[in-house]
Amino acid sequence: MTRIELLQGTLDLIVLQTLRWGPRHGYGIAQMIRAGSRNVLQVDTGSLYPALHRLERQGVIVADWSVSENNQRVRVYKLTAKGRKRLAAERSKWAQLTEAIQGIMAQPAEGET
Amino acid sequence: MRRDRELDEELRSHLRMAEQDRIARGEPPAVAAANALREFGNFGLVKEITREMWRGAWLDRWLNDLRFGVRMLRRSPGFAVMAILCLTVGIGANATVYGWVEGLLLRPYPAVAHEEQLLVLAGTRRGSTGYDEIAWPDFLDLARRCTLIETFIGDKITGVTLSIGDRAEVATGSIVSANYFDAIGVRPILGRGFLPGEDVGRNAHPVTVISYRLWQERFRGDPDIIGKKQSLNGVPFTIVGVAPPPFYGTFVGYPFQFWVPASMQGLLEGGDYKLEDRGAVWLEPFARLKPGVTREQAEGEIAGVMRQLEREYPTTNRGRSMVLLPLWRSPFNASGELLPTLRIALAVATFVLLIACANVGNLLLVRALGRRHELTVRLAIGAGRRRLVAQLLTESLILSALAAVGGCAVAYICRDVLSAIFSSFNGIVYRLPAEIDWRVLALSAGICTLSTLAFGLVPALLTSRIDLAGALRSGSASVVGGGRGSLVRSGMVLVQVALSFVLLVSVGLVVRSVARMRDADPGFATRDVVLTGFNLLAAGYDTVKATEFQDALLARVQALGGVQSAAFARIPPFSYATYGSAPVTFETYQPAPDEQATAQFNQVGPGYFATLGIPIVSGREFTRDDNGTSAHVAIVNETMVTRYWRGANPIGTRFKVKNEWVNVIGVAKDAKYESVREAPKPFFYLPLRQRFAGRFVVFLRTKLDPKQLATPVLRAVHAIDPLVAPASIITLREQMAITSASQRITVLLLAMFGGLALALAAVGLYGLMAYAVSQSSRELGLRMALGAKAADLLRLVMSQGLALTAAGVVVGAAGALALTSLMTDLLYQVSPRDPRAFGIAGAVMAAVAALACLGPALRAASADPLRVLRD
Repeated sequence: MTRIELLQGTLDLIVLQTLRWGPRHGYGIAQMIRAGSRNVLQVDTGSLYPALHRLERQGVIVADWSVSENNQRVRVYKLTAKGRKRLAAERSKWAQLTEAIQGIMAQPAEGET
Repeated sequence: MRRDRELDEELRSHLRMAEQDRIARGEPPAVAAANALREFGNFGLVKEITREMWRGAWLDRWLNDLRFGVRMLRRSPGFAVMAILCLTVGIGANATVYGWVEGLLLRPYPAVAHEEQLLVLAGTRRGSTGYDEIAWPDFLDLARRCTLIETFIGDKITGVTLSIGDRAEVATGSIVSANYFDAIGVRPILGRGFLPGEDVGRNAHPVTVISYRLWQERFRGDPDIIGKKQSLNGVPFTIVGVAPPPFYGTFVGYPFQFWVPASMQGLLEGGDYKLEDRGAVWLEPFARLKPGVTREQAEGEIAGVMRQLEREYPTTNRGRSMVLLPLWRSPFNASGELLPTLRIALAVATFVLLIACANVGNLLLVRALGRRHELTVRLAIGAGRRRLVAQLLTESLILSALAAVGGCAVAYICRDVLSAIFSSFNGIVYRLPAEIDWRVLALSAGICTLSTLAFGLVPALLTSRIDLAGALRSGSASVVGGGRGSLVRSGMVLVQVALSFVLLVSVGLVVRSVARMRDADPGFATRDVVLTGFNLLAAGYDTVKATEFQDALLARVQALGGVQSAAFARIPPFSYATYGSAPVTFETYQPAPDEQATAQFNQVGPGYFATLGIPIVSGREFTRDDNGTSAHVAIVNETMVTRYWRGANPIGTRFKVKNEWVNVIGVAKDAKYESVREAPKPFFYLPLRQRFAGRFVVFLRTKLDPKQLATPVLRAVHAIDPLVAPASIITLREQMAITSASQRITVLLLAMFGGLALALAAVGLYGLMAYAVSQSSRELGLRMALGAKAADLLRLVMSQGLALTAAGVVVGAAGALALTSLMTDLLYQVSPRDPRAFGIAGAVMAAVAALACLGPALRAASADPLRVLRD
């Protein structure tokens, strides 16, 4: 199965999207991305944690310590109001982008017919 | 740090959850842990790059580098101490010189409010390049007519005899305009400054402001000092104020003890009252411009006023004008004299710094070799080149920062060195302080940063270019040592040799110049003449009593055993006192329309020319009969005859000094009057008996030592008047040495810095050769095994070191040829390309280089081929 590495901007968008359903810790986010993409998208810890800390610094997510279902101390992230706004903006940009790319891809290539 | 711990915990919880998930999926615990870790990746690296996202991460990183750097330096203290010492010498030399420049040239009067706005007002004369003092009436007219200048401040250094109780001593002070203290913003801590009008009226206001030091030392800080009398030159003055402690006057060179208003000039200086004389130039004033006015505008206005004055007073003001100069270009105090010296010192200090940087750069390169393993490992586990360079530069910065602190300490310790050296030359109290202010500190910090880049960047870049694979494969092969690295190291040593060669040449030139000056013929006898000074004004003498005193003294000293002849003069040659200067007019010489013929003169007594050994070319010298009742006479020098009599015999003709006709009775051979470096100039002598001076010197021609004469002369003086105190007896040579003090300072500074530079270069050369020998011990051993003798190896190493030195000398010689011409001002009858100075510098360089290479060469020659090959 091919796994696709995510670009930084895309990763940010996906992380924010994941957090839309409620607070989550880093491992949970990674698992959710993997499950949600049916194992296609692979998130390195070396990309995930820098992204989380960067987003935290930008103020679009906040982190807090809490206790997980199996009684572990974990750091959970949740969206801020600013984060929701950013997510909305990024989503519409993403929609435009995919639409545009699909438009290009749908045109028959020269000499293909 | 809490944040670090939290990040650690966060990542660990991730690992644990991954592991638990795997166990839940049925993996055995040991396999699950291993797989989870593999999936996670490099734990440390993840942490590292996550941390990068934090705010202020760079500062954190840098603090880390700093801690690491300190640890690394503590691990090799020998290297650290050596490098810091080298840099301390370099930065210290610069900070010291900048301190002097600041304290003597740029900010000489820190107690004065807005000293940076002060300008020096100096007189000019058409057709002449130097600067003159200013006449008091001109000064007043300028103050009245100029609109662009806020204030004119009158100031003139003067010396007096100060008697307190039974003690008399010489003190230096200032004759100033009444606005002096208000204009410079110095507020007396006791009493007042001068009142408007106190500088008007002949000897009308005997009031004085004394210095804090004088108040403390001579009056024990007497709180009731205001209103008390103090005698200056025998004249009672009322003390009206005490200056604040940090105020030493507005003069570079001496600390001032008192200030008196200009109205007292005549009484203090003994004789001529110059306040109404437009021909007498003596004032050394300052000016402060109105806000927004440029120096050019103000100068233009002043020139305009001076042209008006030239029309109104053609006899005195023809060809005279004035300019405004920044403080550091003042011709009236020691700053002008120190300027060339400090300029050279600045250049030399820079050289020393460059040499020190080259040295430390080499040390760093050699050290990088020792750390090859550590650096390779760090690169291998993923440290970026940029990080490595940053780390190495941080270590360099630690070195130079410590050295900068040391350098500033050196500068602080050396702040009074110039005063001490000058004072030791002739026993006068000088004040030539360095000013270590924030500007000097900022400059040192700048030098520190620049030198870090200069010595640290190349080694850091070279080191970070390690060939990873190669370095890991072979443990010992030279990675930095070969090729580029060794070329860079040789290059740095070459630069050191070249720079120190330039310094050596400069030292040689200045030493030769001083020797030339010492041997130069000043036109009078410099041997077997001693002198001492008197100030009869201090003892309250008038003309008649003073002449009697002089006659009596002459009779007594001439009777002393061992004294061949004795004579008086107002001013001794080569002193800081200024000769009289007067406009002169001639019966036969017609000056050009805008020419004002002037000449300097001295008043001398009978027997002066015989005693000083100045030949009288024709006519006769003064006798006791040239006195107040006989016709006024003069002796002129040869240059004056050439210029104003066109070489015709002047004897029997007359010329006018100011408004008085004098007959020429003799022609004296040209001599040097103020310095051996001066050009021949018209000069004439008047009899002391026809132009009285209350302050004078007596010359004795004798083979005796001044020390042997001190007691008999003092006894002779006290037999006439116990209240007169002569200055100490010195030889004429010592008197001449006073004016060459700055030359000798230059020699001293250059010799000191040159020595430092030479030592640094020798250390650099030694380090390079020692390292090269230690690196090529295999090769040397092989050569020996193949039959080379010890002498061959010795020659091999020596020739390599000396070849490098020779290359450095060639480069240095080219540099010296270009640079030493900057010293022309300072050299007397020595060409800046003097072959002997270059030759001696080359010889010294070669000798030192040979010495530096000898150790490594001997080690190479004593290599044991068996052991080397076995290892």
